[in-house]
Amino acid sequence: MTDRTERLRRHSLEAEPSISAERALLITAFYEQNLGRLSNPVLRARAFLDLCERKTLYHGDGELIVGERGPEPKAVPTFPELTCHSVEDLRILDSRPKTRYSVSGAAIADYERTVIPFWTGRSLRDRLFDALPAEWHDAYEAGVFTEFMEQRAPGHTVLDDKIYSKGMRDFQADIDAALAGLDFAEDPEAHDKSESLHAMRVSCDALIRFAERHADLAEERARQESDPDEKAVLEKISAACRHIPANAPRDFHEALQYYWFCHLGVITELNGWDAFNPGHLDQHLLPFYERGLADGSLTRDSAKELLEAFFVKFNNHTAPPKVGVTAAESGTYTDFANINIAGVLSDGADGSNEVSHILLEIVDEMHLLQPSTNVQVSKETPNDVLEHALRVIRKGFGFPSLFNAEAAVAEQLRQGKTIEDARAGGCSGCVEVGAFGKEAYILTGYFNLVKVLELALHDGFDPRTGRQLGPKTGAPERFETFDDLFTAFERQLRHFVDVKIRGNQIIARTYAREMPAPFLSVLIDDCIANGRDYNAGGARYNNRFIQAVGIGTITDSLAAIRKVVFEDGLLTLPDLVSAMQANYERHEALRQRLLHRTPKYGNDDDAADDLMRRVFDAAFECIDGRPTAIGGAHRLEMLPTTSHVYFGSVTGATADGRRAGLPVSEGISPVQGADRKGPTAVFRSAAKMDHIKTGGTLLNMKFTPSLIEGDEGIERLRHLVRGYFAMDGHHVQFNVVDADTLREAQADAGYSDYFCDLSDALQEEIIERTAHAAF
Amino acid sequence: MSVTGLVFDVQRFSLHDGPGIRTTVFLKGCPLSCRWCHNPEGMGTAPEILITPDRCIECGACVDACPHGLPSGVGSGWAAAKELCEACGLCADACPTGARRLVGHQVSVEGLVDQVMRDRVFYAESGGGVTFSGGEPLRQAEFVLSCLEALKGLEIHTAVDTCGLVERDDLLRAAAIADLFLYDIKHADPATHAEWSGAPNGRILENLAALAAVHDEIWVRVPVVPGVNDDAFNLRQTAALAASLPGVRRVSLLPYHELGAEKRERVGVSGAPFNGMSPGPDRMRDFAAIFEEAGLLTTIGG
Repeated sequence: MTDRTERLRRHSLEAEPSISAERALLITAFYEQNLGRLSNPVLRARAFLDLCERKTLYHGDGELIVGERGPEPKAVPTFPELTCHSVEDLRILDSRPKTRYSVSGAAIADYERTVIPFWTGRSLRDRLFDALPAEWHDAYEAGVFTEFMEQRAPGHTVLDDKIYSKGMRDFQADIDAALAGLDFAEDPEAHDKSESLHAMRVSCDALIRFAERHADLAEERARQESDPDEKAVLEKISAACRHIPANAPRDFHEALQYYWFCHLGVITELNGWDAFNPGHLDQHLLPFYERGLADGSLTRDSAKELLEAFFVKFNNHTAPPKVGVTAAESGTYTDFANINIAGVLSDGADGSNEVSHILLEIVDEMHLLQPSTNVQVSKETPNDVLEHALRVIRKGFGFPSLFNAEAAVAEQLRQGKTIEDARAGGCSGCVEVGAFGKEAYILTGYFNLVKVLELALHDGFDPRTGRQLGPKTGAPERFETFDDLFTAFERQLRHFVDVKIRGNQIIARTYAREMPAPFLSVLIDDCIANGRDYNAGGARYNNRFIQAVGIGTITDSLAAIRKVVFEDGLLTLPDLVSAMQANYERHEALRQRLLHRTPKYGNDDDAADDLMRRVFDAAFECIDGRPTAIGGAHRLEMLPTTSHVYFGSVTGATADGRRAGLPVSEGISPVQGADRKGPTAVFRSAAKMDHIKTGGTLLNMKFTPSLIEGDEGIERLRHLVRGYFAMDGHHVQFNVVDADTLREAQADAGYSDYFCDLSDALQEEIIERTAHAAF
Repeated sequence: MSVTGLVFDVQRFSLHDGPGIRTTVFLKGCPLSCRWCHNPEGMGTAPEILITPDRCIECGACVDACPHGLPSGVGSGWAAAKELCEACGLCADACPTGARRLVGHQVSVEGLVDQVMRDRVFYAESGGGVTFSGGEPLRQAEFVLSCLEALKGLEIHTAVDTCGLVERDDLLRAAAIADLFLYDIKHADPATHAEWSGAPNGRILENLAALAAVHDEIWVRVPVVPGVNDDAFNLRQTAALAASLPGVRRVSLLPYHELGAEKRERVGVSGAPFNGMSPGPDRMRDFAAIFEEAGLLTTIGG
């Protein structure tokens, strides 16, 4: 790290997250004046232009890449048009011990006086909750599923290479061509398209204006700067901001600054999920890197310093906090921008290059919370790239995560994408796969498989909320065979997927109508060509995911029930259910038997793994291919983020011996501590799922440091990764820490802020996750 | 009927029993009785009960299950009862926590091959394979030879980890199939060997010479046990011996670890307890230097 990088990094790390009410006040004032006077697309575009013209700019000392969403680093704007924080939310954010956001008294007063009165009943969240049916609310409150779009806009997309050859003026020319091609006489949607396209045009102007203001600010600072080197830097920034984003970038620096303005534009216009993401950054930057080295305007070191400055900008952008019940507990500052490294080119050849190595060095040296990074590993990926990544992973910061590039392509081909679009795509956010620059691939909510089994064991009745949530599919005494129980589970599953999808349709239509994203639409093909907004299905591909959670816990529960009730006849199903209802109080021997003497997923034991497949297939059949209200299809994904902790808290004791309220298993990882046969058995179990039919799966593995010591350890990890990916595994993330280290971290808040930002329950869960050691 | 083997463990992701990621098959029964043995449950030739006292919740299920009404549990009552135990395994079946476990199961060749082939993708990636260990695998020579044949047919790399006190003929038949031998030398001196391991080393060393004459991939393994074989004189003699044999490709020095002491207690092995200390990494490096001086490729641990 250079001195400049070190200063920028420290400043970013030391900045305290806070809430800025500026955006809320600007958007409220704009809506007060304009609501009802403009079409929704144009209203949104003009509001975006207003923000770009009026928001407070920030240009920190020594910065190479400029621009902040808020008035300064980690000052987080809010989006009351989507979801309006209450005064209580703001007070909790200001006072909660973990993932705190400081909120000034002035901001609270502004909210109380101006923001809350205007948006109450008007925010999209309020309106969605009004529109969603009672059965949706019941299931949501019981913890059968969560809803992504009640907090943030759809978002969930990634940029491709288009901005590196086109400026906003070029996009406006495309928009003008699309406008000229509208047939108002024959196309009944022509007027709507015209409004959408005009809105996109305005949003291009907005970004150019935003950059010009930064150019002016840099120029002013240059005038006052006495140090000739810094003056040159400021002049370079000013020149860059005058050229891009109106025009295509001319060099490495401009390419990064241009992306960064696009990033800010997308996350200022709306608070979309996963912020935004440059996608295959190494591939996109390579031409600029090579040209810069050739003409002498760039060195490897100066390119690296620019990238370091670029990374700091991501770290400055703490996620906007949630509202409502989750404000007290929810725990991450991460906004999920996830930069891709390596992967394949559009012809299938290896996509890694020297910039890939520079990015890995930066991840290794800077230890920033954001951005997340991942390496996409294909058969073509050289071992030295994978081993470089593994050496970084070994340091124990959890990143980069590893994705299987071939699986990502196969998953997309199954969804009907062209092979070139699939290869230019990849993974983003947590683990989801999409065609970068061409797709809306939207997570809609986590889905609690374990809760659904609990309901199937209670004839559709939820013991926690005391409500008849699902259909009556039979009390436990009526199940004569294991298949009878499974059939009841499938009926409950189908019912709640239907409820979830019905909600998804309402939400998708509401966003399409009320909350267009004209700037994002400029960046994602084929919104311009289709004359249709991103949120209304304008993208070339549209997929909406339901993320199933708890596959490990439900598999082990079903395996335990089948063994002790239907095979060994040790007790009846009603007796087992009543022991579960008692949370195994006075049933410890039974609980021990369920924990230790029944088949467990994660041990390459077909007695368990076949049930995993059966549950997976049932979920897939319920979800995959069902149409969404804006086009495209619903898909299944196997991702938990941290929802397994919440889902566990609303789910009673389970038949695998888990006590009520404890987390359920996460992703496709085995139940915490249930995998006893080592990592190859975990990989084998996990690979029995048909990953290619999903939109992504998440597998976490914890290793002790001794296992991966030295060059041999790195080789070993490489063999494991290659082996798993040869079996079509989608993703793996290695957490390299021993339980003692984690316990120390838990005891000593100063040890690792990142770890201690997690809730206690999540910390415990991470400690329990089996650590694999060498045998 | 196909030949079966008495197996007490199949350990996946083994990293120290040959190259790459391996599965190690542990066969029950050993002609030696090394006092530091870290796999004591592999010594006996019959199934037996292994106890993990920490797991016992004193539910009494094992007592109820015992057909002989033995006072089971895990305490002193069990120590006396063990002599009468026929290892039928009913108590282990009844035990909810796994505190009582039956070690030793009859496995068919096909069953074992199916089991070890589960990790073939990892063998292929890493150049790994399957290792037969124990106990002494060649005490169940027909079973092991059948497994080796079957795996060779599937193009899986195989290794045999032997103590050397076996029938010469069995060893040479295995040598015609297995890709690698891991061959233990516990002590160079016959009397000391007999004192600590229960038998002199004469046949072991003769077998090694015979093996080295026909097989060119032998890794000599020396368990370094403080106070037993870690004196420089013995290690130099061992090194000279290994260096004199053409087929010996490397020497692996395996530091003694205390895990075995606790396991011996759990399995109820009789005889004087052995309470050595693990040699530290510095001492292990010194020992390795002795072997390197003899011109041997030497690794520590595996």
